[in-house]
Amino acid sequence: MVYFIIRRILQIIPVIIGVTLLLFILLYIIPEDPAQLILQKGATPEALANLRAKMGIDQPIYVQYWRYIKGLFSGNLGTSYRYQRSVNSILAEHYPYSIKLAFAAIIIEIIIGIFAGIISAIKKYSIWDVLVTISTTILVCVPVYWLGMILQVTFGLKLGWLPMSGYGDGSIRYYILPAVTLASVSTAFVARMMRSTMLEALSNDYITTAYAKGLSQFKVIGKHAMKNALIPVVTLIGLDLGSLMGGAILTETVFNWPGVGRTIYLAILQRDAPVVVGGTVILVGIFIIMNLIVDIIYAWLDPRIRFEKVEPNI
Amino acid sequence: MESEKKDKFNINSHVEEGEVAIELAEDFFMERKYSRTSLYKDAWKRLKRNKLAMFGLSIVILLILIALFAPFLSTHDPIARVKEDSLLGPNKEYWFGTDLLGRDIFSRIIYGSRVSLEVGIIAVGISVLIGLSLGAISGYFGNIPDTIIMRIADIFFAFPYILGAIAIMTVLGPGIINIFIAIGLLGWASFARIFRGSILSIKNKEYIEAARALGASNSRIIIKHIFPNAFAPIIVYATMNVGTAIIVEAALSFLGIGVQPPNPAWGKMLSEALDYIDVAPWMMVFPGLAILITVLGFVLLGDGLRDAFDPKLK
Repeated sequence: MVYFIIRRILQIIPVIIGVTLLLFILLYIIPEDPAQLILQKGATPEALANLRAKMGIDQPIYVQYWRYIKGLFSGNLGTSYRYQRSVNSILAEHYPYSIKLAFAAIIIEIIIGIFAGIISAIKKYSIWDVLVTISTTILVCVPVYWLGMILQVTFGLKLGWLPMSGYGDGSIRYYILPAVTLASVSTAFVARMMRSTMLEALSNDYITTAYAKGLSQFKVIGKHAMKNALIPVVTLIGLDLGSLMGGAILTETVFNWPGVGRTIYLAILQRDAPVVVGGTVILVGIFIIMNLIVDIIYAWLDPRIRFEKVEPNI
Repeated sequence: MESEKKDKFNINSHVEEGEVAIELAEDFFMERKYSRTSLYKDAWKRLKRNKLAMFGLSIVILLILIALFAPFLSTHDPIARVKEDSLLGPNKEYWFGTDLLGRDIFSRIIYGSRVSLEVGIIAVGISVLIGLSLGAISGYFGNIPDTIIMRIADIFFAFPYILGAIAIMTVLGPGIINIFIAIGLLGWASFARIFRGSILSIKNKEYIEAARALGASNSRIIIKHIFPNAFAPIIVYATMNVGTAIIVEAALSFLGIGVQPPNPAWGKMLSEALDYIDVAPWMMVFPGLAILITVLGFVLLGDGLRDAFDPKLK
C-alpha cells in the first residue's frame, strides 16, 4: 500500500511540472506587453524599460520559468497586472466563496443523485425510472449557464421566491440557485451511475439470500446492496470536486458569485494573465490532488488495483 | 468470374507484386472481408432497432440539413439590424422574436447551427488525428515513446476541459479558428488512450503475428489490421465528443472569448440575452433549446452506437 501511494505521488510530479510549464508558456506568449498594460498609454520608453526590468520580464524565458516555479513552490503566484496586488491575496479573498458553493453543490449531488438512482433501480421500468432516465439524459446536455438563467427567471423573477444573483448576506437562500445549477450535470451522472451499480448489486446471489432470510426490503437495499453499489459512486463524487471547479467559472459568472471562477472570468476580460494562470494552477492542483486521493481510497478498497502491474493508463 | 476468384487465392501467382501479394495473402489467411462487413452490418441492425439512437440520428441529420440549407431556411438576414424592431417578442414576422439590435433570432439560430457543427466536426477531427497518431506510436512501439506520450496525456487529463479551453483562448484571442485549435488540442488525450488500449489488446494476437510473418510493414499493420479493429470505440467516442465540443464552444462564446459578433453563435446569443432576461426572455429560450437539442442528438447517437457495437456492455 505504501509502495502504491509513493508510486502515485511520484507519478503526479511530472504532471504538475508539465501543467505549470504549459501555463507558463501560455502566460509568456500572451501577445500584449504587461508593462504597457500597467502603465497605460503615453508612458515613456524609459519608464516601460524600468518596469520591465523590475518585473523581470526582460530576462530569457527559462530564467523567468525558474523564478515562477520557485515562487510557486514557496506559495507565491505572482503579482496581478491590474491591481498591483499579489495573486495570492486576490485568490485567498475569493476562494472561500467557491469552496462553500462547491460543497453546497456536492451535498445536492449526493442527496438527489443517490436517491434518484436508487428509486430508479428498485422500481425499474416504472414511471419513476423513466422520469429519472429522461431528466438525467437531458440534464447532461443542458448548458449549465443556460439552466442558471432559466432558474433565475423562473424562481427569481417570475415567482420571486429566491434572490436572482449575488452572495447577499450569505444566507442559504442565496446558495440554492447557484448550487443547483453547479450540481446539475454531476447529479445526473451520479444518478445514472447509482442506478446501474445498484441494479448490478441487486442481481447478486447474496441479495436473493438476504431476501430468503426474510429481511425487509429496506434492510436488504440499505445494508447489503448499498455497500457494494456505493463504491463507484463515491469515486465519481470525489472526482467531481475537480470538475465542479471548471463549472464554477460559468455558474459564478451567471450568478455574480464572488468566487474564484468569476475572478478568473473578470481577469480574462482584463487580460490579467497572472490571475488567470494563478487561479487555473490552483484549480488544476485541486483536481490532481482529488484524483490522487480517490485513487488511493480505491486501491485501499480494492486490493487488485494495488498489485496491478505498472500500466496505470488502461 | 469464378476463375478470377480462384486466382485471387493463389498467392504464388502474385508473389512478385509485393504489396498486392501481402494483401491477398492476408485475405486468404484471415478471411478479413467476411468478418469486417458483418460487424458493421450487425451494428447497424442493432442501431436501427434502438429508438432513442434513431431519434438522435435524425436530430443530427436534420441539423446537418439546416446548416447546409441555412440561406433558404432563414427568413431574414441574420446580421441585419432593424432599429425599429428592437426586442420584439415572437410574432408572425419574427418567429422567435428579435434581439436588442432588431436582428431576427430565428435566422440567427439557423445560421448558428453552422458554427456549432463546424466546431463539432473540425475540432473533434483535430483531436482524432492527433490522438490516433500519438496513440498508435504509443501502443505499437511501447517503451520510451509510450512513457513520454502517456505522461503528456496525463497533463492534458489534469485540465478540466472548459478550464483548459479558457486558458488557451485567453492567449490565442477570440475567433473560430482558435476555437478549433483550443478544443482540438484538448481532446486528443482520450483518443490516444483508447487507441493505445486497442492496440495493446490486439498487437499480440495471432493474426498480427501472421501479417508480420508475411512481411507486412509496421505502418501497414497499423493501418490495415489494427485500425479497422479499433475503429468502433473511436467512432463512439468521437460522436459523443462532438456534443462536448459544441457545449464548450457555446460556453467560450458565452464568456466572450469564442466566436465574435456579429457572427451568430448560440453561446454568444445567450450572453447577449443575459442582460435582458427580464424584458426579453425569448432571447435566451431559443438559443438554449438549440444547444440542448443538438447536444442531445449527438449524445443519444453516441450511446446508441456504443450499445450497437458492443451489445455486451448494455
